[in-house]
Amino acid sequence: MSIMANYHALTGNEAVAYAMKQIAPDVVAAYPITPQTSLMQKFSDFVADGDVDTEMILVESEHSAMSACVGAAASGVRTMTATAANGLALMWEIVYIAASSRLPIVMPVVNRALSAPINIHCDHSDAMGARDSGWIQLWSENAQEAYDNTIQAVKIAEDPDVRLPVMVNLDGFVISHGMENVDIYDDKKVKSFIGEYKPLVNLLDLKHPVTIGPLDLQDYYFEHKRQQAEGMMHAQKAIDKVGKEFGASFGREYDIVEGYKLEDADFVIIGLGSTMGTLRMVIDEARKSGMKAGFLKLRVFRPFPKEIVRKHLKGKKAVAVLDRSDSFNAVSGPLYSEITSALYGVADIPVVNYIYGLGGRDTSVSMLHRVVKDTYDISKSGKCDNILNYLGVR
Amino acid sequence: MATIKELLQRESALSSGHRMCAGCTAPIIVKLISLASKYPLVVSCATGCLEVATTIYPYTAWKCSFIHNAFENSAATISGVETAYRALRKKGKIKNEIKFIGFGGDGGMYDIGLQALSGAMERGHDILTVCYDNEAYMNTGIQRSSATPKGAATTTSPAGKVIPGKKQFRKDLTGIMAAHKIPYVAQASPSHWQDLVKKVEKALEIKGPKFMNILMPCTLGWRFMVDEGIEMAKLAVETCFWPLYEIENGKHAVTYKPKEKKRLIEFIEKQGRFSHLKKEKNKHIIDELQKDVDRNWEELLRKA
Ligand SMILES: Cc1ncc(C[n+]2csc(CCOP(=O)(O)OP(=O)(O)O)c2C)c(N)n1
Ligand code: SF4
Ligand SMILES: [Mg+2]
Repeated sequence: MSIMANYHALTGNEAVAYAMKQIAPDVVAAYPITPQTSLMQKFSDFVADGDVDTEMILVESEHSAMSACVGAAASGVRTMTATAANGLALMWEIVYIAASSRLPIVMPVVNRALSAPINIHCDHSDAMGARDSGWIQLWSENAQEAYDNTIQAVKIAEDPDVRLPVMVNLDGFVISHGMENVDIYDDKKVKSFIGEYKPLVNLLDLKHPVTIGPLDLQDYYFEHKRQQAEGMMHAQKAIDKVGKEFGASFGREYDIVEGYKLEDADFVIIGLGSTMGTLRMVIDEARKSGMKAGFLKLRVFRPFPKEIVRKHLKGKKAVAVLDRSDSFNAVSGPLYSEITSALYGVADIPVVNYIYGLGGRDTSVSMLHRVVKDTYDISKSGKCDNILNYLGVR
Repeated sequence: MATIKELLQRESALSSGHRMCAGCTAPIIVKLISLASKYPLVVSCATGCLEVATTIYPYTAWKCSFIHNAFENSAATISGVETAYRALRKKGKIKNEIKFIGFGGDGGMYDIGLQALSGAMERGHDILTVCYDNEAYMNTGIQRSSATPKGAATTTSPAGKVIPGKKQFRKDLTGIMAAHKIPYVAQASPSHWQDLVKKVEKALEIKGPKFMNILMPCTLGWRFMVDEGIEMAKLAVETCFWPLYEIENGKHAVTYKPKEKKRLIEFIEKQGRFSHLKKEKNKHIIDELQKDVDRNWEELLRKA
């Protein structure tokens, strides 16, 4: 199929706002926080100009943003909000409730460092902190992926076997404010791709009144949690399916993970987000100097693609995991914990951890060269003496 | 007002078989509100006695659609529901006229949910928010709230050897809501049920944000006999401890004036939470409470 590209110079936030315009959610709740602000401002422009007929709820806090989203989604309509850092932290309680109530809310998170100290720049401490909240997490490398992920998120969230909310992560400033050429698809095609939303239950169905959010004690709570876990277990299949359908419709197919020069690599760097873009170039250069490096980028962090990670890392001689947040567990960052637990029992590969870029600290090409070189050395020696490394800290 | 016959032909939103205490006045309030509505209702409720005792899975006492989200966000939640409704109405996907009510206790409305309540009212949603005010956090075991009257003993403001119950006067949430200059604010009591029904009927005909504060005597927390709840509510009104009034588009109206204003002591002496005030050294608190009631009542009469 030949698909005509339609490139526009857009920031990541503008691209996501554009996806939202095309999705045309019935309800959007919004509260400003840097670096999300320009996203909702752009979307507000679309609403003000009549380009989209969404009802906006301009709440007094993120806590109320997610609370109103829960009310709207429980009423059977497409619902979105977006936030970052402290905003996500403030809505925490209701983030869990949205997932546990199986409401397919879609929320771009423009990743930013959590306070304290207060800092407006990128890291992943906000979304990583919410990794066990029951939300599906998609991660974007650039504005195109943020746009594409936002459209796919709607379909993933609403999949009848899944019915879980989705966070679409995009790195604050790096992606949200960086201008890129983004291929924007036809409105009608996006509309037909996401289709009509058919809620299972809805508060406004007068013929079938429903009680949502009941008190659930020792005799049923556990079963409901088990069902929620089941939804997440089905999510990978749904994400995979939607990624393929997306490819068929728009010419960009999406996998759960993306490998770069991975197949024949001796050692692998693992990470997510915008840094993987820089890493492509670094790997190309490493290859030129004879180091067989590759990378594995996780597009999906929740559900965690354990089997896929295992498959790709089997037989590799060393792995480096890049974490843009710290777990403060005195061991490693959160991604490292997941990767090493996935490898447990199947492969005895030395795995090194780099915590990098906290609070927007620039992660330079030379820093990534160091990571590649060190991992190369580990692959040769088979030994990793120092697991936890803070990259670029003074 | 709808006739009693008409009211009784409607179905209460709350069925019997719920697990609120014998003698609890909250179900009476909910029943009156739902009978007062000629429209189908969708309601939200904050965490608290009303919510936990009516929705123990797999049962629900609610005949209308009901959502509980969390403790502090009943108003924000129902604002989301109402917005979804508007979105669907605009697209012609819903034909019926539905009314939306957000319930919360005094903890859920005066305290932890005040911000969400204020926000929802300021945004102008077409919703009625209702505080059922039993003057403490009953669900968690009778802790003080900003609605607890001065001098009342609660489990976190107990009547001790040194400190005689709660130290502070109540917050005036009705006044705070009036300051939002929303189209309708009212205080009501289940003892004066016709007044309550009229207010709900009026509120539901007004487009925009409405707030009602309804006194809800609690047998456990206030410590009176289970058959005395309505009597307590009545005494609260007759002593002007809980005046019945409304503010419609900024205009104050007292909707019930006691023929003879009773002394506050008649309300206080019947409740265990105030029993320590009878001691000689604490009597000054009763005087302070009486003065406060008198001042508030005069101020209200001046405004009306
Ligand atoms: C964020 C949060 N904090 C505390 C609680 C515990 N809690 C549940 S209900 C409640 C008190 C409710 O009091 P009120 O709103 O007055 O309702 P009542 O129980 O008196 O009907 C508290 C403190 C909670 N559920 N959520
Ligand atoms: S504790 Fe009070 S408010 Fe709660 S159910 Fe019992 S009487 Fe009602
Ligand atoms: Mg209470």
